Amino acid sequence: MLLISCPHCGPRDEHEFAYGHEAHIARPTLEQQNTMTDAEWADYLFMRKNPKGVHFERWVHARGCRQWFNVARHTVTHEIIKVYPMGEPAPKLEQK
Amino acid sequence: MAEAYTRRSPLQHFGLTAAAAKSNAAGAEVLIGESAHRAIVNIRGDGGEAFKAAVRSVTGVDLPVKPNTTAQAGAFRILWLGPTEWWVVTTSGAEEKLVADLRQAFIGQHAAVIDVSESRAVITLSGTKARDMLARGCSLDLHPRVFGPGQCAQTGLTKANIMLDQTDAAPSFDIYVLKSFADYLWQWFWLIGRDYKLAIKAH
Ligand SMILES: [Zn+2]
Repeated sequence: MLLISCPHCGPRDEHEFAYGHEAHIARPTLEQQNTMTDAEWADYLFMRKNPKGVHFERWVHARGCRQWFNVARHTVTHEIIKVYPMGEPAPKLEQK
Repeated sequence: MAEAYTRRSPLQHFGLTAAAAKSNAAGAEVLIGESAHRAIVNIRGDGGEAFKAAVRSVTGVDLPVKPNTTAQAGAFRILWLGPTEWWVVTTSGAEEKLVADLRQAFIGQHAAVIDVSESRAVITLSGTKARDMLARGCSLDLHPRVFGPGQCAQTGLTKANIMLDQTDAAPSFDIYVLKSFADYLWQWFWLIGRDYKLAIKAH
């Protein structure tokens, strides 16, 4: 079980949160959508990173304050390296 | 002609008023009860100065902007739910006027006022072992050095989502739970309560 620090509520048990998958995937603009190939659209919709190492991902404090935020988590050790607000770019971290 | 709407508590079938009269509160480690039909009004806004002033003008309460805290003035109590969301709670029956007054006070602001009184039941828990009992199904650290009066938290209690509000150092807690989970949560308390000297409190 992970102990996740909500930026508002502080450390809470993992079961209070819901996972929101990979962060920093920008939705194509309408203009881009009109010119995208099916393969590019499928890539946007379905293809996700699956790193062994640091993963940048979204979480929501579903059973608490219901706010979304970003988390940098190591997928092997589950270490939460950084919690940072939505809209902020992915932090530059040394790969472990 | 429309039928008169009669409010019914989701715990009504437990006959708590009659049970409380027969219940022996002397020496009880935990008192459990229901505060039925509490007025709960959800307010949304940026929590800025104009928003705070509007809330103060209606309730007399200084809006708690620190996460997971509460503030009270007279009959009004405000609970922090999120950075842009609060509950104003007060005595049963006062919700209609409260909603109208808040909407009036928020005119010209980007704000929302919704009466959610019907969505929650309020179970009250107090006494020397109340904290122990909650800890049986709650992952929060409820030790007095961490959690005390003036603090509230939305969290899980066994399989139900709750809003936990510590109202005094006795300790006493108000547990807001969705009405559809109220029967389940009451029965869970009853099951856990076999390990304690439990008495039913009338409200
Ligand atoms: Zn939170």
